[in-house]
Amino acid sequence: MAKLTLEIITGEQLLLREEEIDEVVAPGSVGELGILPQHAPLVTSLQAGSLRVKRSGGEDDFFISGGFLEVRENEVKVLADSAERGTEIDLERAEEARERAESRLRGEESVDRARAEGALRRSLIRLKVGRRRRRGRADMAPGAGGAE
Amino acid sequence: MPSTREIRRRIRSVENTAKITNAVQLVAASKMRRAQLRAEAARPYAESMRGLLANLADAGGDADSESLHPLLERREVQETAIILITPDRGLAGGLISNLQRHAGSLVLSPDQAGGISMVPVGRKGLDYFSRFDVPFRGEFQQLGDYPGLDDTRPISRIVIDDYMSGAVDQVSLVYASFVSTVQQRPTTIQLLPVEAPVAESAEAGSEVEYIFEPSPEAVLDELLPRYVEMQVYQAVLESAASEQSARMVAMRNATDAANDMLGDLTLQYNKARQEQITSELLDIVGGVEAMA
Repeated sequence: MAKLTLEIITGEQLLLREEEIDEVVAPGSVGELGILPQHAPLVTSLQAGSLRVKRSGGEDDFFISGGFLEVRENEVKVLADSAERGTEIDLERAEEARERAESRLRGEESVDRARAEGALRRSLIRLKVGRRRRRGRADMAPGAGGAE
Repeated sequence: MPSTREIRRRIRSVENTAKITNAVQLVAASKMRRAQLRAEAARPYAESMRGLLANLADAGGDADSESLHPLLERREVQETAIILITPDRGLAGGLISNLQRHAGSLVLSPDQAGGISMVPVGRKGLDYFSRFDVPFRGEFQQLGDYPGLDDTRPISRIVIDDYMSGAVDQVSLVYASFVSTVQQRPTTIQLLPVEAPVAESAEAGSEVEYIFEPSPEAVLDELLPRYVEMQVYQAVLESAASEQSARMVAMRNATDAANDMLGDLTLQYNKARQEQITSELLDIVGGVEAMA
Protein backbone atom coordinates (compact mmCIF):
# COMPACT_ATOMS: atom_id res chain seq x y z
CA MET A 1 0.00 0.00 0.00
CA ALA A 2 1.12 3.52 -0.68
CA LYS A 3 2.64 5.46 2.17
CA LEU A 4 3.04 9.13 2.90
CA THR A 5 6.14 11.29 2.76
CA LEU A 6 6.21 14.03 5.34
CA GLU A 7 8.25 17.22 5.45
CA ILE A 8 8.13 19.66 8.33
CA ILE A 9 9.72 22.94 7.32
CA THR A 10 10.13 26.05 9.44
CA GLY A 11 11.47 29.40 8.37
CA GLU A 12 14.78 28.53 9.92
CA GLN A 13 15.31 24.94 8.89
CA LEU A 14 14.03 21.70 7.45
CA LEU A 15 13.03 19.96 10.67
CA LEU A 16 12.02 16.58 9.35
CA ARG A 17 11.81 14.63 6.13
CA GLU A 18 10.55 11.10 6.45
CA GLU A 19 9.03 8.51 4.19
CA GLU A 20 6.91 5.43 4.92
CA ILE A 21 4.39 7.20 7.08
CA ASP A 22 0.91 5.78 7.63
CA GLU A 23 -1.00 8.76 8.94
CA VAL A 24 -0.53 12.41 9.83
CA VAL A 25 -2.95 14.10 12.21
CA ALA A 26 -2.73 17.87 12.03
CA PRO A 27 -4.39 20.79 13.85
CA GLY A 28 -6.20 22.40 10.93
CA SER A 29 -7.66 25.85 11.45
CA VAL A 30 -11.18 24.42 11.08
CA GLY A 31 -10.51 21.36 13.19
CA GLU A 32 -8.17 18.46 13.54
CA LEU A 33 -7.69 16.49 10.37
CA GLY A 34 -6.15 13.11 9.67
CA ILE A 35 -4.38 12.49 6.42
CA LEU A 36 -4.05 8.98 5.04
CA PRO A 37 -2.35 7.91 1.84
CA GLN A 38 -4.23 8.72 -1.36
CA HIS A 39 -5.61 11.91 0.12
CA ALA A 40 -6.96 14.46 -2.35
CA PRO A 41 -4.75 17.53 -2.98
CA LEU A 42 -5.35 19.92 -0.12
CA VAL A 43 -4.05 23.18 1.28
CA THR A 44 -5.08 24.28 4.73
CA SER A 45 -3.93 26.72 7.34
CA LEU A 46 -3.02 25.32 10.74
CA GLN A 47 -3.59 26.57 14.24
CA ALA A 48 -1.39 26.00 17.25
CA GLY A 49 -1.57 22.38 18.29
CA SER A 50 0.04 19.01 18.10
CA LEU A 51 0.93 17.25 14.91
CA ARG A 52 0.98 13.47 15.24
CA VAL A 53 2.91 11.24 12.92
CA LYS A 54 1.97 7.57 12.83
CA ARG A 55 4.10 4.87 11.30
CA SER A 56 4.73 1.18 11.85
CA GLY A 57 7.54 1.92 14.32
CA GLY A 58 5.31 4.01 16.56
CA GLU A 59 4.08 7.54 16.94
CA ASP A 60 5.74 10.95 17.14
CA ASP A 61 4.40 14.24 18.40
CA PHE A 62 5.31 17.70 17.26
CA PHE A 63 4.22 21.05 18.57
CA ILE A 64 3.24 23.46 15.78
CA SER A 65 2.48 27.08 16.53
CA GLY A 66 0.61 27.65 13.28
CA GLY A 67 1.30 27.59 9.57
CA PHE A 68 0.14 25.65 6.54
CA LEU A 69 -0.18 22.13 5.31
CA GLU A 70 -0.12 20.98 1.74
CA VAL A 71 -1.01 17.49 0.55
CA ARG A 72 -0.23 16.37 -2.95
CA GLU A 73 0.41 12.96 -4.41
CA ASN A 74 1.10 11.32 -1.05
CA GLU A 75 3.45 14.11 -0.06
CA VAL A 76 2.58 16.08 3.02
CA LYS A 77 4.37 19.36 3.48
CA VAL A 78 3.99 21.28 6.73
CA LEU A 79 5.11 24.91 6.62
CA ALA A 80 5.25 25.73 10.30
CA ASP A 81 5.76 29.13 11.91
CA SER A 82 7.71 27.22 14.49
CA ALA A 83 7.83 23.53 15.31
CA GLU A 84 9.31 21.43 18.05
CA ARG A 85 9.63 17.73 18.51
CA GLY A 86 7.56 16.67 21.50
CA THR A 87 10.54 15.01 23.15
CA GLU A 88 12.58 18.18 22.82
CA ILE A 89 10.15 20.51 24.52
CA ASP A 90 11.76 21.99 27.57
CA LEU A 91 8.97 21.65 30.12
CA GLU A 92 10.50 24.16 32.50
CA ARG A 93 10.77 26.81 29.84
CA ALA A 94 7.27 26.08 28.59
CA GLU A 95 6.01 26.48 32.14
CA GLU A 96 7.81 29.81 32.45
CA ALA A 97 6.28 31.00 29.21
CA ARG A 98 2.86 30.09 30.52
CA GLU A 99 3.40 32.00 33.75
CA ARG A 100 4.67 34.99 31.85
CA ALA A 101 1.62 35.00 29.60
CA GLU A 102 -0.71 34.64 32.58
CA SER A 103 0.85 37.45 34.57
CA ARG A 104 0.76 39.66 31.52
CA LEU A 105 -2.96 39.01 31.18
CA ARG A 106 -3.52 39.82 34.86
CA GLY A 107 -1.32 42.91 34.72
CA GLU A 108 -2.67 46.43 34.63
CA GLU A 109 -0.53 47.74 31.84
CA SER A 110 -2.18 48.02 28.51
CA VAL A 111 -0.91 44.93 26.83
CA ASP A 112 -1.92 43.55 23.51
CA ARG A 113 -4.58 41.24 24.92
CA ALA A 114 -5.05 39.18 21.80
CA ARG A 115 -1.33 38.58 21.60
CA ALA A 116 -1.02 37.63 25.24
CA GLU A 117 -3.94 35.26 24.98
CA GLY A 118 -2.43 33.70 21.90
CA ALA A 119 0.83 33.24 23.76
CA LEU A 120 -0.97 31.63 26.68
CA ARG A 121 -2.88 29.24 24.45
CA ARG A 122 0.30 28.25 22.64
CA SER A 123 2.19 27.67 25.85
CA LEU A 124 -0.60 25.46 27.22
CA ILE A 125 -0.62 23.30 24.12
CA ARG A 126 3.14 23.09 24.19
CA LEU A 127 3.01 21.87 27.75
CA LYS A 128 0.42 19.30 26.82
CA VAL A 129 2.44 17.96 23.92
CA GLY A 130 5.59 17.88 26.03
CA ARG A 131 3.88 16.05 28.91
CA ARG A 132 2.28 13.45 26.71
CA ARG A 133 5.66 12.49 25.35
CA ARG A 134 7.17 12.21 28.80
CA ARG A 135 4.42 9.88 29.94
CA GLY A 136 4.76 7.77 26.84
CA ARG A 137 8.38 7.24 27.72
CA ALA A 138 7.77 6.31 31.31
CA ASP A 139 5.45 3.54 30.16
CA MET A 140 8.25 1.83 28.34
CA ALA A 141 10.06 -1.02 29.99
CA PRO A 142 13.30 0.10 31.67
CA GLY A 143 16.18 0.21 29.22
CA ALA A 144 13.94 0.01 26.20
CA GLY A 145 14.64 3.50 24.91
CA GLY A 146 18.38 3.11 24.60
CA ALA A 147 19.38 3.49 21.00
CA GLU A 148 19.08 7.06 19.79
CA MET B 1 67.25 57.88 3.77
CA PRO B 2 65.32 57.21 6.97
CA SER B 3 67.35 56.01 9.91
CA THR B 4 67.27 52.37 10.99
CA ARG B 5 65.31 53.35 14.09
CA GLU B 6 62.57 55.00 12.07
CA ILE B 7 62.28 51.99 9.81
CA ARG B 8 62.12 49.66 12.78
CA ARG B 9 59.29 51.68 14.22
CA ARG B 10 57.34 51.48 10.97
CA ILE B 11 57.91 47.74 10.77
CA ARG B 12 56.44 47.29 14.21
CA SER B 13 53.38 49.37 13.39
CA VAL B 14 52.73 47.48 10.15
CA GLU B 15 53.13 44.20 12.00
CA ASN B 16 50.49 45.24 14.49
CA THR B 17 48.10 46.25 11.74
CA ALA B 18 48.60 42.91 10.02
CA LYS B 19 47.84 41.10 13.28
CA ILE B 20 44.55 42.94 13.64
CA THR B 21 43.41 42.51 10.04
CA ASN B 22 44.33 38.85 10.23
CA ALA B 23 42.30 38.35 13.38
CA VAL B 24 39.26 40.12 11.89
CA GLN B 25 39.64 37.99 8.78
CA LEU B 26 39.60 34.75 10.76
CA VAL B 27 36.54 35.78 12.75
CA ALA B 28 34.70 36.86 9.60
CA ALA B 29 35.57 33.59 7.89
CA SER B 30 33.99 31.48 10.60
CA LYS B 31 30.94 33.73 10.87
CA MET B 32 30.60 33.67 7.11
CA ARG B 33 30.33 29.91 7.03
CA ARG B 34 27.56 29.90 9.58
CA ALA B 35 25.73 32.80 7.96
CA GLN B 36 25.82 31.02 4.62
CA LEU B 37 24.46 27.83 6.14
CA ARG B 38 21.61 29.74 7.72
CA ALA B 39 20.75 31.44 4.46
CA GLU B 40 20.64 28.03 2.80
CA ALA B 41 18.57 26.47 5.58
CA ALA B 42 15.86 29.06 5.04
CA ARG B 43 15.54 28.25 1.37
CA PRO B 44 13.17 25.21 1.45
CA TYR B 45 10.56 27.17 3.37
CA ALA B 46 10.74 30.13 1.03
CA GLU B 47 10.47 27.88 -2.00
CA SER B 48 7.50 25.93 -0.66
CA MET B 49 5.81 29.18 0.20
CA ARG B 50 6.36 30.53 -3.28
CA GLY B 51 4.84 27.37 -4.74
CA LEU B 52 1.85 27.62 -2.45
CA LEU B 53 1.27 31.24 -3.35
CA ALA B 54 1.51 30.47 -7.06
CA ASN B 55 -1.13 27.76 -6.64
CA LEU B 56 -3.37 30.09 -4.69
CA ALA B 57 -3.11 32.84 -7.27
CA ASP B 58 -4.09 30.23 -9.84
CA ALA B 59 -7.01 29.03 -7.76
CA GLY B 60 -8.45 32.52 -8.02
CA GLY B 61 -9.43 31.32 -11.46
CA ASP B 62 -10.10 33.94 -14.05
CA ALA B 63 -10.53 36.61 -11.44
CA ASP B 64 -7.71 39.12 -11.47
CA SER B 65 -5.28 37.89 -8.82
CA GLU B 66 -4.83 41.49 -7.66
CA SER B 67 -8.37 41.66 -6.40
CA LEU B 68 -7.96 38.63 -4.14
CA HIS B 69 -6.26 40.42 -1.29
CA PRO B 70 -5.29 44.00 -0.32
CA LEU B 71 -1.61 43.04 -0.15
CA LEU B 72 -1.74 42.06 -3.82
CA GLU B 73 -3.55 45.15 -4.95
CA ARG B 74 -1.58 47.59 -7.06
CA ARG B 75 -2.33 51.23 -6.30
CA GLU B 76 -1.24 54.47 -7.83
CA VAL B 77 2.07 55.19 -6.15
CA GLN B 78 2.13 58.37 -4.12
CA GLU B 79 4.28 57.25 -1.23
CA THR B 80 7.12 54.76 -1.45
CA ALA B 81 8.91 53.17 1.47
CA ILE B 82 12.36 51.64 1.16
CA ILE B 83 13.75 49.10 3.58
CA LEU B 84 17.52 49.31 3.47
CA ILE B 85 19.49 46.50 5.04
CA THR B 86 23.11 47.30 5.86
CA PRO B 87 25.70 45.99 8.30
CA ASP B 88 26.11 47.59 11.71
CA ARG B 89 29.87 47.64 11.47
CA GLY B 90 32.40 48.71 8.91
CA LEU B 91 35.63 47.09 7.69
CA ALA B 92 33.71 45.39 4.92
CA GLY B 93 35.47 46.78 1.87
CA GLY B 94 33.29 48.41 -0.74
CA LEU B 95 30.10 46.67 0.37
CA ILE B 96 28.72 49.45 2.51
CA SER B 97 29.44 52.35 0.19
CA ASN B 98 28.02 50.36 -2.71
CA LEU B 99 24.81 49.82 -0.75
CA GLN B 100 24.63 53.45 0.28
CA ARG B 101 25.16 54.63 -3.26
CA HIS B 102 22.61 52.18 -4.62
CA ALA B 103 19.96 53.21 -2.09
CA GLY B 104 20.89 56.86 -2.54
CA SER B 105 20.20 56.68 -6.25
CA LEU B 106 16.68 55.45 -5.44
CA VAL B 107 15.93 57.80 -2.58
CA LEU B 108 17.51 61.02 -3.77
CA SER B 109 16.85 60.81 -7.49
CA PRO B 110 15.12 63.98 -8.72
CA ASP B 111 12.65 62.12 -10.92
CA GLN B 112 11.19 60.29 -7.94
CA ALA B 113 7.45 60.88 -8.09
CA GLY B 114 5.60 61.27 -4.82
CA GLY B 115 6.91 60.99 -1.29
CA ILE B 116 9.58 58.64 -0.08
CA SER B 117 10.43 57.30 3.34
CA MET B 118 12.83 54.71 4.68
CA VAL B 119 13.16 51.90 7.18
CA PRO B 120 16.89 51.54 7.74
CA VAL B 121 18.03 48.23 9.17
CA GLY B 122 21.61 48.34 10.37
CA ARG B 123 23.65 51.29 11.58
CA LYS B 124 25.54 52.06 8.39
CA GLY B 125 22.38 52.84 6.46
CA LEU B 126 20.89 54.70 9.39
CA ASP B 127 23.91 56.97 9.85
CA TYR B 128 24.22 57.69 6.16
CA PHE B 129 20.60 58.63 5.55
CA SER B 130 20.27 60.61 8.77
CA ARG B 131 22.19 63.31 6.93
CA PHE B 132 19.49 63.68 4.33
CA ASP B 133 15.99 64.95 4.60
CA VAL B 134 14.30 61.55 4.45
CA PRO B 135 11.69 60.53 7.03
CA PHE B 136 12.15 57.15 8.75
CA ARG B 137 9.15 54.89 9.39
CA GLY B 138 11.16 52.88 11.83
CA GLU B 139 14.75 51.94 12.40
CA PHE B 140 16.49 48.78 13.45
CA GLN B 141 20.02 48.01 14.45
CA GLN B 142 21.97 45.40 16.35
CA LEU B 143 20.14 42.44 14.90
CA GLY B 144 23.28 40.46 15.63
CA ASP B 145 25.36 38.22 13.42
CA TYR B 146 22.73 35.50 13.23
CA PRO B 147 19.32 37.17 13.25
CA GLY B 148 16.25 34.94 13.64
CA LEU B 149 12.72 35.27 12.35
CA ASP B 150 11.67 36.86 15.62
CA ASP B 151 14.21 39.64 15.06
CA THR B 152 13.06 40.44 11.55
CA ARG B 153 9.31 40.12 12.06
CA PRO B 154 8.89 43.68 13.43
CA ILE B 155 10.41 45.05 10.23
CA SER B 156 7.79 43.45 8.03
CA ARG B 157 5.09 44.33 10.58
CA ILE B 158 5.75 48.05 10.12
CA VAL B 159 5.53 48.06 6.36
CA ILE B 160 2.53 45.70 6.22
CA ASP B 161 0.63 47.91 8.66
CA ASP B 162 1.53 51.07 6.76
CA TYR B 163 0.58 49.45 3.49
CA MET B 164 -2.77 48.25 4.78
CA SER B 165 -3.59 51.65 6.25
CA GLY B 166 -2.76 53.33 2.96
CA ALA B 167 0.17 55.34 4.35
CA VAL B 168 2.43 53.84 1.70
CA ASP B 169 1.57 52.49 -1.73
CA GLN B 170 4.72 50.62 -2.52
CA VAL B 171 7.52 49.06 -0.48
CA SER B 172 10.92 48.13 -1.84
CA LEU B 173 13.65 46.16 -0.17
CA VAL B 174 17.31 47.02 -0.76
CA TYR B 175 19.95 44.58 0.42
CA ALA B 176 23.28 43.04 -0.53
CA SER B 177 22.44 39.82 -2.29
CA PHE B 178 25.00 37.10 -1.86
CA VAL B 179 26.35 35.95 -5.21
CA SER B 180 29.56 34.34 -4.04
CA THR B 181 32.23 34.84 -1.42
CA VAL B 182 33.95 37.40 -3.61
CA GLN B 183 30.83 38.99 -5.08
CA GLN B 184 27.91 40.70 -3.41
CA ARG B 185 25.46 42.79 -5.34
CA PRO B 186 23.20 45.58 -4.08
CA THR B 187 19.72 44.46 -5.08
CA THR B 188 16.26 46.01 -5.04
CA ILE B 189 13.12 43.92 -4.90
CA GLN B 190 9.52 44.99 -4.66
CA LEU B 191 8.06 43.76 -1.40
CA LEU B 192 4.58 45.28 -1.55
CA PRO B 193 2.27 44.95 -3.32
CA VAL B 194 3.18 41.27 -3.43
CA GLU B 195 3.84 40.06 -6.93
CA ALA B 196 2.39 36.58 -7.00
CA PRO B 197 4.85 34.14 -8.52
CA VAL B 198 3.67 32.23 -11.56
CA ALA B 199 3.19 28.50 -11.19
CA GLU B 200 5.98 26.51 -12.82
CA SER B 201 5.22 26.10 -16.49
CA ALA B 202 6.20 22.43 -16.39
CA GLU B 203 3.21 21.74 -14.20
CA ALA B 204 0.79 23.70 -16.31
CA GLY B 205 -0.29 20.57 -18.13
CA SER B 206 -0.88 18.48 -15.03
CA GLU B 207 -2.75 21.06 -13.08
CA VAL B 208 -3.84 19.93 -9.65
CA GLU B 209 -7.16 20.95 -8.22
CA TYR B 210 -6.54 21.72 -4.58
CA ILE B 211 -9.11 21.77 -1.85
CA PHE B 212 -8.57 24.89 0.25
CA GLU B 213 -9.55 24.91 3.88
CA PRO B 214 -11.27 26.99 5.11
CA SER B 215 -11.23 28.84 1.73
CA PRO B 216 -8.66 30.17 -0.75
CA GLU B 217 -9.20 33.68 0.57
CA ALA B 218 -8.69 32.64 4.19
CA VAL B 219 -5.49 30.75 3.38
CA LEU B 220 -4.23 33.68 1.34
CA ASP B 221 -5.00 35.97 4.23
CA GLU B 222 -2.71 33.92 6.45
CA LEU B 223 -0.11 33.27 3.82
CA LEU B 224 0.63 36.73 2.44
CA PRO B 225 1.92 38.38 5.63
CA ARG B 226 4.14 35.35 6.22
CA TYR B 227 5.36 35.54 2.65
CA VAL B 228 6.42 39.13 3.20
CA GLU B 229 8.05 38.21 6.52
CA MET B 230 9.92 35.46 4.80
CA GLN B 231 11.25 37.73 2.09
CA VAL B 232 12.52 40.21 4.64
CA TYR B 233 14.05 37.41 6.69
CA GLN B 234 15.83 35.98 3.68
CA ALA B 235 17.15 39.38 2.66
CA VAL B 236 18.52 39.89 6.18
CA LEU B 237 20.17 36.46 6.14
CA GLU B 238 21.72 37.07 2.76
CA SER B 239 22.94 40.47 3.87
CA ALA B 240 24.60 38.86 6.88
CA ALA B 241 26.36 36.35 4.64
CA SER B 242 27.39 39.14 2.28
CA GLU B 243 28.71 41.26 5.12
CA GLN B 244 30.92 38.55 6.53
CA SER B 245 32.19 37.54 3.09
CA ALA B 246 32.99 41.11 2.13
CA ARG B 247 34.76 41.62 5.43
CA MET B 248 36.75 38.46 5.10
CA VAL B 249 37.94 39.32 1.59
CA ALA B 250 38.71 42.93 2.47
CA MET B 251 40.71 41.89 5.52
CA ARG B 252 42.57 39.23 3.60
CA ASN B 253 43.62 41.86 1.06
CA ALA B 254 44.68 44.16 3.87
CA THR B 255 46.73 41.42 5.51
CA ASP B 256 48.41 40.58 2.20
CA ALA B 257 49.18 44.24 1.56
CA ALA B 258 50.65 44.60 5.04
CA ASN B 259 52.85 41.55 4.52
CA ASP B 260 54.10 42.94 1.19
CA MET B 261 54.91 46.19 2.89
CA LEU B 262 56.73 44.34 5.65
CA GLY B 263 58.96 42.69 3.02
CA ASP B 264 59.85 46.03 1.48
CA LEU B 265 60.51 47.64 4.84
CA THR B 266 62.70 44.77 5.98
CA LEU B 267 64.77 45.12 2.83
CA GLN B 268 65.11 48.86 3.43
CA TYR B 269 66.06 48.25 7.02
CA ASN B 270 68.80 45.78 6.11
CA LYS B 271 70.20 48.16 3.52
CA ALA B 272 70.23 51.03 5.96
CA ARG B 273 71.87 48.86 8.61
CA GLN B 274 74.57 47.71 6.20
CA GLU B 275 75.23 51.27 5.10
CA GLN B 276 75.63 52.28 8.70
CA ILE B 277 78.10 49.48 9.37
CA THR B 278 80.06 50.34 6.22
CA SER B 279 80.34 53.96 7.16
CA GLU B 280 81.40 53.06 10.70
CA LEU B 281 84.06 50.72 9.29
CA LEU B 282 85.29 53.48 7.01
CA ASP B 283 85.51 55.79 9.98
CA ILE B 284 87.58 53.28 11.93
CA VAL B 285 89.85 52.48 8.97
CA GLY B 286 90.29 56.20 8.32
CA GLY B 287 91.16 56.78 11.98
CA VAL B 288 93.72 53.98 12.00
CA GLU B 289 95.34 55.31 8.85
CA ALA B 290 95.51 58.79 10.26
CA MET B 291 97.32 57.48 13.33
CA ALA B 292 99.81 55.44 11.30
